[in-house]
Amino acid sequence: MVDLTPNRGMTPIVQTIAGWTKGLVFLFGIYIVLFGHITPGGGFAGGVILALTFVLMTLCCGKESALRKMPMHIAAELDSVGALMFLVIAWLGVWSILGGTFFTNYIAKWNRGLPYHILSSGTIPLCNIAIAVKVAVSLFLVFTLLVMTRVIHKPNE
Amino acid sequence: MLELTGVLLLFMVMAAIIAIETKDLLGAVISVTAVGFGSIIAFFYLRAPDVAIVPIVVEVVVLVILIRATLRAGLKTFIGNRPFFGYLVTVALLVVIFLAGIRVFGGLPAFGDPVVARIPDAPARAYIESGLEDTGATNVVTAVLLDYRAYDTLGEATVLFTSIVGAVAILRRKARKKPSDPEADEW
Repeated sequence: MVDLTPNRGMTPIVQTIAGWTKGLVFLFGIYIVLFGHITPGGGFAGGVILALTFVLMTLCCGKESALRKMPMHIAAELDSVGALMFLVIAWLGVWSILGGTFFTNYIAKWNRGLPYHILSSGTIPLCNIAIAVKVAVSLFLVFTLLVMTRVIHKPNE
Repeated sequence: MLELTGVLLLFMVMAAIIAIETKDLLGAVISVTAVGFGSIIAFFYLRAPDVAIVPIVVEVVVLVILIRATLRAGLKTFIGNRPFFGYLVTVALLVVIFLAGIRVFGGLPAFGDPVVARIPDAPARAYIESGLEDTGATNVVTAVLLDYRAYDTLGEATVLFTSIVGAVAILRRKARKKPSDPEADEW
């Protein structure tokens, strides 16, 4: 059978520290995503860090606090939106004015931007953002599902 | 450098053996993560922080998920005796892999010696030399992942999306009975 009792969370000390740090962790994830074309990092690593803030909230304050910020149906839609964003960015290159081939970096052909600036390298930051949304929401979904559905073995039954 | 590689390799092999042989599920999960962190240290010594940063965050998430899934699920370990034929096959496989490994390692370049420096026509040389002019990205790894070889990234994203759809379909709380059922949309 499946146990559906709410998860009450940890002690107030852990909850307070987690409340202070979760914003900083989220900001660090956004930094890793947005500067993925300049410094080590990128969409996948940044997305996992963004998902870790929701994992932190689920472990410390119970799953209700995380689900209040990101309900399951919105998470499932955001997952598809991230994948669609990546595909749309790729498909826009097929348009003959922009390049004519799949995954053309059409913005970099028009204007590469200055190196070491955040507005450079064309479609790469946009792809990073799309992948980050997708990865973050996917890992949050899997973690929440594994926490919510717990199979309990009862002896002598 | 070579001594550190040996120590790291020994540590990873020991952690892998512990992960297989231990009777404790939590200990096995932590040993698997120790193998992963050993490979992360190896990536850092190869001066590849971009490759190392993804395993770090993924190892942390997987450790949390696996501890959460193994501790609360009440899973039981299966302890059984291996038959004699199984031991024989294991030893034979180990000997074959050891002998093949000796032959293979003779032809590999030294640890930390990039192939780009030895082969002048390597494709990686073109990425390093013209990556900034072609894409404008100063991080060459991201330029390769999302510009030169974006098809691979698309395949990776597709694999992740498919696996998440499968997990959501299997692990949801209730099956959908009818489309008009008001409770059908509940997770």
